[in-house]
Amino acid sequence: MENKQPLLSVEGLHQHFKVSRSYTVKAVNGVDFVIYPGETYGLVGESGSGKSTIGRSLIRLYNPTAGKIVFDGENISGKMSKSTEKHLRTNMQMIFQDPMACLNPRKKVLEIIAQGLDIHHICKNKKEREDMVYQILEKVGLSKEHANRYPHQFSGGQRQRIGIARALIMNPKLIIADEAISALDVSIQAQVVNLMKDIQKETNTAILFIAHDLSMVKYISDRIGVLHLGYLVETGTTEEIFRNPIHPYTKSLLSAIPHPNPIVEKSRVSVTYNYVTSGIDYAKGSQNHIEGTHYVLGTKEELEMWA
Amino acid sequence: MEKNTILSIQDLSISFTTGAGEVSAIRGVNFDLHRGETIAIVGESGSGKSVTMKAIMGILSSNGKVNSGKILFSSAKEDMEEDIDLLKLDKKEMRRKINGKRIAMIFQDPMTSLNPVMTIGAQIMEGMKWHYKTPKKEAYKRAVELLQLVGITDAEKRMKNYPHQLSGGMRQRVVIAIALACNPELLICDEPTTALDVTIQAKILELIKDIQKKLDISVIYITHDLGVVAKVADYVAVMYAGKIVEKGLVNEIFYEPKHPYTWGLLSAMPDLDTNDDKLYTIPGTPPNLVNKVAGDAFAPRNIFALNIDNRLEPPMFQVSETHFASTWLLHENAPKTEMPVELKARVERMLGEAKKDGE
Repeated sequence: MENKQPLLSVEGLHQHFKVSRSYTVKAVNGVDFVIYPGETYGLVGESGSGKSTIGRSLIRLYNPTAGKIVFDGENISGKMSKSTEKHLRTNMQMIFQDPMACLNPRKKVLEIIAQGLDIHHICKNKKEREDMVYQILEKVGLSKEHANRYPHQFSGGQRQRIGIARALIMNPKLIIADEAISALDVSIQAQVVNLMKDIQKETNTAILFIAHDLSMVKYISDRIGVLHLGYLVETGTTEEIFRNPIHPYTKSLLSAIPHPNPIVEKSRVSVTYNYVTSGIDYAKGSQNHIEGTHYVLGTKEELEMWA
Repeated sequence: MEKNTILSIQDLSISFTTGAGEVSAIRGVNFDLHRGETIAIVGESGSGKSVTMKAIMGILSSNGKVNSGKILFSSAKEDMEEDIDLLKLDKKEMRRKINGKRIAMIFQDPMTSLNPVMTIGAQIMEGMKWHYKTPKKEAYKRAVELLQLVGITDAEKRMKNYPHQLSGGMRQRVVIAIALACNPELLICDEPTTALDVTIQAKILELIKDIQKKLDISVIYITHDLGVVAKVADYVAVMYAGKIVEKGLVNEIFYEPKHPYTWGLLSAMPDLDTNDDKLYTIPGTPPNLVNKVAGDAFAPRNIFALNIDNRLEPPMFQVSETHFASTWLLHENAPKTEMPVELKARVERMLGEAKKDGE
């Protein structure tokens, strides 16, 4: 039935961090999902749910403890060969949360953006390199003159555009946007989200959008995965998740979003969800198919209870 | 019931001396706050929301200068004379009489507003000991009560904890407990939930609302999240480039906005019910306040701008008893301009929802 080949498929990803001999933090516990070319997959959850860890494991900033990650037909989990690593580094790029902290303050914008080109020896001469940078700058809504400035001369929104330009210049197949808009003002958030959508339409890049703000995620994502305590508790298309949330954690997340409607909002009390007292054990649950691409984590009895 | 005013800001104007020249950050702000009510101040970063609050608390940075205006504060407590102008007090008097005792503030980031080398118990008791010379035992008892009030379990045990041992939401609760320690009459919340997760955000907002009802205090919220505003506020003031461009009851601002900037803000808010492909953005960027602003500061970004907007600053037009907006569109000679169609549809849908909810 599926004629599309997934760009990225993650199976049973575990990421544990050993803190001391007797204590291990289990940040991610068996997460499966796939991302198709040109789509946006939104990963949401509260802080500590492991969403950033997943992003970092995928781009191999960490070594995954267990699980299989296949990116563009190549297995990128475990030890990578030189060519696989090069393939990964050129085709997967990341945009970071804090646009103030992720740009080297001592380098000019031109150098920052061209760094990827330099490392992989993509440009043959100086002229070509500069032209590529100028082109990318234009694409993200900045101008040529900005190339010779330093990061501190830009506003937050502009800096995030530089971060996007840096990721785009490699012409990646997948961009991991880790809370890329959380540090920005609302009106600027909208601009950056629109920019990312435009670029996606033009280049057909897939985006893994990691965020905790569900209302923005709804705008940008085709499909959503809800994470809690390192488990993927619910996943499905944006429409499925918002129309028919099943897992109590998803419900509490959705109800926590304040609506800009004073009369309704004043009387509404958000649904609370407490994992400890709810008696749910994520480790026992399995992924249950609801409809289409909609899956929920839980046991049979739990599912009946929530329905 | 007669409403009595707790805080009245009149014609406040503040400028900062910077390397680039004189920045007029606040250009004539007026608003009143009644006892027990909540006002939310919304605007983009740089619109002057935080500067106004810092002026109230007397913690403007050293290059800031108050050019004119008054901040009148009237206390209901017996040991204070009526209506004092906070701007006339010097720093020492502010510290002794106002800060923490009458007006308390909750800052944006709970990670940085707590002292990392003091137990949270000591931090809660500090203010009480300083302002009221409360004996240690009493202060301890009250601190435990406060921690329970803000919903921290095992309050006694937590008293000995250091901030790093608590999660972000817990830390913000501690900050709220500290703010409440001296029974303030006015609580200023500067983006209290921006640094927190959505689920915790809802809890903290409900907590502040609950406490406000219990203790009958007035609250000023500074935020850029209109969802938060809808949840907590009685009154809303929309700020742009150092001025309040529209103020009114929360329902008036959300259902009958008059100022084009408010239209833009409301339209830019991501809405869970629409499937628009694109988010609305207000074109352009806020003006640089180093330069003198001629006419309406919002005119260059305003598609509804009239000719007069480039020459003359609009006064506050009164829409209803409580609703004011500063735009020439409300002048009797102005062409009739309605809010954008998309926004209108959205407002109607919101009203529909509200009606359904009421039934």
